[in-house]
Amino acid sequence: MPANLFPAPVEIFRFLPEIILALGGTLIMVLEALTGDRQPKNALGHVSLAALFAALVAAVAVHGSPGPAFSSMLLVDGFATFFRVVVIAVGILTVFSSYRYLSREGANTGEYYALVLFSVAGQGVMVTANELIMIFIGLEISSIATYVMAGLLRDDARANESALKYFLLGSFATAFLLYGIAFLYGATGTTNLTAIRETVLRADGPSPLLLGLAAALMLVGFGFKISSAPFQMWAPDVYQGAPTPVTAFMSAGPKAAAFAIFLRVFVTIFEPIGDRWEPIIWVFALASMTIGNFAALTQSNVKRMLAYSSIAHAGYVLVALCARSDIGTAAAMFYLAAYALMNVGAFAVVAYICGKGEKYVGIDDLAGLGSRRPAVAAALTIFLCSLIGVPLTGGFFGKFYIFKAALESKLIWLTVLGLLNSAVAAYYYLRMLVVMYMREPGEATENLEPLPAGLRTALFTSAAGVLLLGIFPSRILEFAVQSAKLFGR
Amino acid sequence: MQHLWLIPTLPLIGFAVNGIFGKRFPKSTVSAVAVGSVVLSLLWAVKVLAALGSLDTPHVEQYFTWFQSGDLRFGFDLQVDRLTAVMLMVVTGIGTLIHIYAVGYMAHEGGYARFFAYMNLFMFFMLILVMAANYLLMFVGWEGVGLCSYLLIGFYFLKQSATNAGNKAFIVNRIGDFGFMLALFLIVIHFRSLEFSVVLPAVSGKPEETLNLIALLLLVGATGKSAQIPLFVWLPDAMEGPTPVSALIHAATMVTAGVYMVARSAPLYQAAPLAMEVVALVGLATAVFAATIGLLQNDIKRVFAYSTVSQLGYMFLAAGVGAFSAGIYHVMTHAFFKALLFLGAGSVIHALEGEQDIRHMGGLRKKIPVTYATLMCAGFAIAGFPFTSGYFSKDEILLAAHHHHPWMYWVGVVTAGMTAFYVFRCLFLTFFGDYRGHHHPHESPWVMTGPLAVLALLSLGGGFIKIPQYLQPVLPREETAHDLSLVVIASSAGLIGIALAYYLYVLKPALPDQLAQSFRGLYRLVYNKYFVDELYDAVFVRPTVTGSRTVLWRQVDVGVIDGIVNGVGAVARIAGGVLKLIQSGNIRSYATWVVFGSLFLIVAMGLLVVNTAAGGAR
Repeated sequence: MPANLFPAPVEIFRFLPEIILALGGTLIMVLEALTGDRQPKNALGHVSLAALFAALVAAVAVHGSPGPAFSSMLLVDGFATFFRVVVIAVGILTVFSSYRYLSREGANTGEYYALVLFSVAGQGVMVTANELIMIFIGLEISSIATYVMAGLLRDDARANESALKYFLLGSFATAFLLYGIAFLYGATGTTNLTAIRETVLRADGPSPLLLGLAAALMLVGFGFKISSAPFQMWAPDVYQGAPTPVTAFMSAGPKAAAFAIFLRVFVTIFEPIGDRWEPIIWVFALASMTIGNFAALTQSNVKRMLAYSSIAHAGYVLVALCARSDIGTAAAMFYLAAYALMNVGAFAVVAYICGKGEKYVGIDDLAGLGSRRPAVAAALTIFLCSLIGVPLTGGFFGKFYIFKAALESKLIWLTVLGLLNSAVAAYYYLRMLVVMYMREPGEATENLEPLPAGLRTALFTSAAGVLLLGIFPSRILEFAVQSAKLFGR
Repeated sequence: MQHLWLIPTLPLIGFAVNGIFGKRFPKSTVSAVAVGSVVLSLLWAVKVLAALGSLDTPHVEQYFTWFQSGDLRFGFDLQVDRLTAVMLMVVTGIGTLIHIYAVGYMAHEGGYARFFAYMNLFMFFMLILVMAANYLLMFVGWEGVGLCSYLLIGFYFLKQSATNAGNKAFIVNRIGDFGFMLALFLIVIHFRSLEFSVVLPAVSGKPEETLNLIALLLLVGATGKSAQIPLFVWLPDAMEGPTPVSALIHAATMVTAGVYMVARSAPLYQAAPLAMEVVALVGLATAVFAATIGLLQNDIKRVFAYSTVSQLGYMFLAAGVGAFSAGIYHVMTHAFFKALLFLGAGSVIHALEGEQDIRHMGGLRKKIPVTYATLMCAGFAIAGFPFTSGYFSKDEILLAAHHHHPWMYWVGVVTAGMTAFYVFRCLFLTFFGDYRGHHHPHESPWVMTGPLAVLALLSLGGGFIKIPQYLQPVLPREETAHDLSLVVIASSAGLIGIALAYYLYVLKPALPDQLAQSFRGLYRLVYNKYFVDELYDAVFVRPTVTGSRTVLWRQVDVGVIDGIVNGVGAVARIAGGVLKLIQSGNIRSYATWVVFGSLFLIVAMGLLVVNTAAGGAR
């Protein structure tokens, strides 16, 4: 197709949030070089916050003029806006909860904040991508930035190991994704999702076998990025070893973005062979929930436990995908938003109590938090209740909506097993509640510093968000349902 | 608008105030806020009910839409009808009395503000539960009361047993909630709504299997909350909580939520005969089973806990044989006498500075006369002594059971006899004979004895509040012929039980031990509660834990990071650096996993595609 050399202004406008983020990141790099090594870098963090907030405003504003951009490589629709807002919000919460952690570890550098912006920009590309190559580019931008963030503490062996594992295995899995993209291109002669869908739907379209193979290969890549079983084993190691604010970030933002492209690809182009991949997703969902929940039962490290919990939560979202309906897609969207908030919140609490060198990351280190820092304990209680799925929290509604969608699609056994799973899950979250409220303060909680302002903002914003999603889910759910309908099903 | 929302919101405000500022308040302020908020809630409920008059049709107030999708709307809607009115009065009335009592009981305990904050929060959720106009909001209350129950059971958190008991309660209830959730989904799918006013009238058109399934799943939820077989194991352990908690949550209100839910869903159950039969059988079996365990317990609160399980069984029996109003009638009378039994037991424990074992009591009749007198009232009521409150409600249930299946009546009668026996065994051991302990018993202050006196009056006279007649428009019942001989038999069973207890524990106190010796095997089986806890532990708990440990943790989760962080010689391994980590094989083994996973995936996808294609071609 004859591409216009100069894209129309509206097309550039549709890309505005990512432009802001990329420029912001570059600006921070420059400023970093200009300021001396000795100066505190919090100001650079403020710059990144400003860029993120500007991007958030832009993302909402761009929603006013939906449509394709850059020869249909990107597509701004409700779905894209929804996830853009989610990933940018995760970025904001991450920066807020990073200040104190970084200065405590003596790693308060500008590059960290720049990397957050780049990673979020990559996720923005992912969620707006309407094109396989763009998906891949977005994924790599986001992933590479995240790999570096995981290895931020250069002197910390655990963080290095975590980063290296994440990088090696991540690249390995991305290769599979790329193979899948190549297959798909070979089968259809295009990389544009809309065009692929048209080809697939034609009577003389590509053979289902070829499509199935492409779907399988892409599933490996997506499965890895969302830490679904059987590609979950990297997650516990990486989540545990990475600096806690980074763990919070990568368990929410990149994961949500990966789910976004997963949903978009499978719901648009692979929908015609949906009945073939549904059993596989079924197995993935069940395996993720079961492995995640049961392995979490025996953990003693909060970060590792939350890593397994995040595998289980990926399983719940896969249940929604398995439903193969608009309601299911909307349920997945809502759940991911709620999940991002509650997970970032829970990790922010860990970032607060862990102390220098992450000395206190055991579940027992939460002992006495209830009496020493009631407000922090209350916030963590809200996050845990949401992770359990107690009503009046976003987590409850997300689960409710997902399993409702599953049952409507006649996934009876998956629903039953999923609900049983979530009953088991209550146990290990509860253990944290018990320790927090029912134990005398220990070494970790006796010497807690006052809650820094940034962390406070992150904690209470996410807690409020979780409650908001639980008590007034209407408008967000409605938006998700509207956006899910945009896929031509 | 009657501003129904104020009824639950007032305790919620109490919770917020005490939860945030309670630590800085003096105890008197905390008590004033906690008790005051519940009293106001009671008064407002009375005002609302007075204004609504006869309540021939439900009064519904819609506040805001929780969420909506398509034609499906879920709202924060509260409703009051006659059934809710009864529950409202029980919850706020008994709640007020127990809050007042707790002011005295908890006076010397730590965490005073925390205790009352949780209690008020419980009241909020319990009121939401009984006032909800749809199943979803009911579920909010349902989960909320569970959470508060958990927090309050574990209130004495320095005791490991208390924490364990709290956990057990929470987990068992999650299993029940799993059934409840599934039922909710099925209702949404088949009725496109969760409003009582939409779902319940629509049951007539639905297939019976569906209704049976929904009703049975709801029953799973109810067995968890109301401690019925097989999920009853948490309630006796829940007695680790402070006694006012046992009285309010684990006797008078929360545990009856299952009965309320079944009664609320009465039209659904009536259209599901199989589920009804199961409800009746579960109820009856629980009633007998728990009563036999109660015969031999020595902890005063545990005796009453098993008695609660047993009495809840009666309520389910009532619902199962179609006498829903009799079930609710018993909910109310049971709330009177069981709250009294627990509060009285609390007063005894308070007098003996924490002693709970009835073998170390005795002769307390003269030392704590008010507690003695009131507890005897409760004892007569639960034994079904003629014209006490328990007599009326139990007769109502037993007659309905007889109408359904005569054998159920006879089993119920035997259970009634056992109930009378073990309650009076407990009372006689506590108050008669000689004092066997070494404390200096003292009567409780008036804030504690006052509520006891009120509850004693209600236990004796509360049966004259004719609930079944009042509920007739909401929960119609079949008129059963009032067969006087059946009533006489049932009451005599209670009298025989009392007499037997008197003979064994007052007249011939040496006899019980000899009997225990002669029936040693049976004695041990019952004394150890039929080893149900051990059985569950061996069948469910242990396999899960060891399974997770060995299979998932050892095989799947072999992360190197675990080794470094927890292992010995960590420094040496860190020094080995990054290179060593790669060589340790973990990354390679992970990559192997990815390869196997991918192979599995590709093969599976290939097979699926080929099979489906072949199937399509056929």
